[in-house]
Amino acid sequence: MPASPPEPPAAPPPQGRAVRKHPRAVRWMHWVNFPLLTVMIWSGLLIYWAYDPYRLGWGETTLLKFFPDGFYVALGLTRQLAKGMAYHFVFGWLFVLNGVLYVLYTAFSGEWRHLVPDRHALKESVGVVLHDVGLRKELPPQGRYNAAQRVTYSGVIFMGAASVVTGFAIWKPTQVAWLTTLLGGYQSARTVHFILTVLYVLFFVVHIAQVIRAGLPNFWSMVMGYERTAAPQTADPFVDADAAPVTSDPS
Amino acid sequence: MTETPDERAARLRAEALAAPTITDAEFQTRSRRAFLVTGVSALVGAAAWQYVSLGPQDDGIPSVLRQGHRLNERLWQSLYSEDRLAPTFARTASAMPRTNGRYGLAGPFAPDAWTMRVLGPDGALLDVLDLDDLKRLPKVEMTTELKCIEGWSQVVTWGGARFSDLAARYASRLPAGLPYVGLATPDGAYTVGLDRAAAMHPQTLLATEMQGQPLRPENGAPVRLATPLKYGVKSLKRIGTVRFMAERPRDFWAERGYDWYIGH
Repeated sequence: MPASPPEPPAAPPPQGRAVRKHPRAVRWMHWVNFPLLTVMIWSGLLIYWAYDPYRLGWGETTLLKFFPDGFYVALGLTRQLAKGMAYHFVFGWLFVLNGVLYVLYTAFSGEWRHLVPDRHALKESVGVVLHDVGLRKELPPQGRYNAAQRVTYSGVIFMGAASVVTGFAIWKPTQVAWLTTLLGGYQSARTVHFILTVLYVLFFVVHIAQVIRAGLPNFWSMVMGYERTAAPQTADPFVDADAAPVTSDPS
Repeated sequence: MTETPDERAARLRAEALAAPTITDAEFQTRSRRAFLVTGVSALVGAAAWQYVSLGPQDDGIPSVLRQGHRLNERLWQSLYSEDRLAPTFARTASAMPRTNGRYGLAGPFAPDAWTMRVLGPDGALLDVLDLDDLKRLPKVEMTTELKCIEGWSQVVTWGGARFSDLAARYASRLPAGLPYVGLATPDGAYTVGLDRAAAMHPQTLLATEMQGQPLRPENGAPVRLATPLKYGVKSLKRIGTVRFMAERPRDFWAERGYDWYIGH
């Protein structure tokens, strides 16, 4: 096995400097999306309760039912189909709007460069996962985000788009009948719509775990934008963070 | 030209660093400000949520959301095209759906004595029809997907007459372009309001048959509405009254929190 190139020496953070990690627009859209997606999932569950056939299993064997009665009762989700639909079809537009703004912003600001996976990203994200679960010592090379972050943060945007597309296919199956048919029919679109929701919840669980692991300064940078970090600041001799001009960032 | 792994690693590091930096003092100032902005935004968000969910209500749901239903209705009506048909399926793919909804079907009922009243916008009686009158209208059969508002669906074969063929009989006696059609069961216990476009759509039937058999009482004998353009709640069973209307007709489920339009 060829020796991996030596890690650059850990450099101390430049004295008295914090680096911008998240532009203001991204921070706002991230934190607006959190309650919006929560309302969408909650109202979606109010709707799903009225017909909840999905399960994990085969034949007569059910490993996991979506969802056991106790789940609905504990979370107060029973008998509120009309309410669920009312919230879902209004907040859905806000979810769409926020998502479209995010895609436009990242596309035109150049932020996409930090987020879009390159051709090594899939392979490297396996390395990131192995590192994060403690099976591998070194992290693959990364910019602001590691390969696993690039894959998931980009992937979740496609999931959002897929939720919107399958949502319209269920909501307006006559007016957009071509779309519903393309997705394999009404029930198939509903199933995909549901699976995506399960994936958001899994994303959320991993995301929270990683945010806790990364620590408070990382979390706070998602709120105020900057992080005082010992990240590879001086690893590149051609970039002197201390000498970088202070741009008048409006955040 | 390809990039060596080292070059790529250096480029990625440089990209991460190509961002503005601020001094420690500025960091402190901005942190305090962010703390305040976060707190105020959370309070504003919580207040907005309280207003939406606990503020004025309209027929069982928050007024704001009822207005949202109306906006969605206007949007989708403006995008509506009567040329777009609900998908049809092979008859062999169809089956009887489960039986839902017994509102308006209570009490003894004699199908032979059944008649259907047709009313104008002022409530004046235009016509009284019996089953034979309906059966003289051109017979249509369609196999479409019945979608229950609960979320399940079933492909069903319906037989009957187009609602538009019945309505055409009264066109000369009604003001042009009346926007609504109201339907009610004979006892008036269950009501449905339809927008004109949905009522006049070629796939909206006054159905007398399901799966090639005359309707059973629990499916709305002797005649019911069948339309794939709306959830099943709009496909009123055992029609007693049809009224062409200028105002929005009452609707049983819309009065209980559901969207009045619920169009597909």
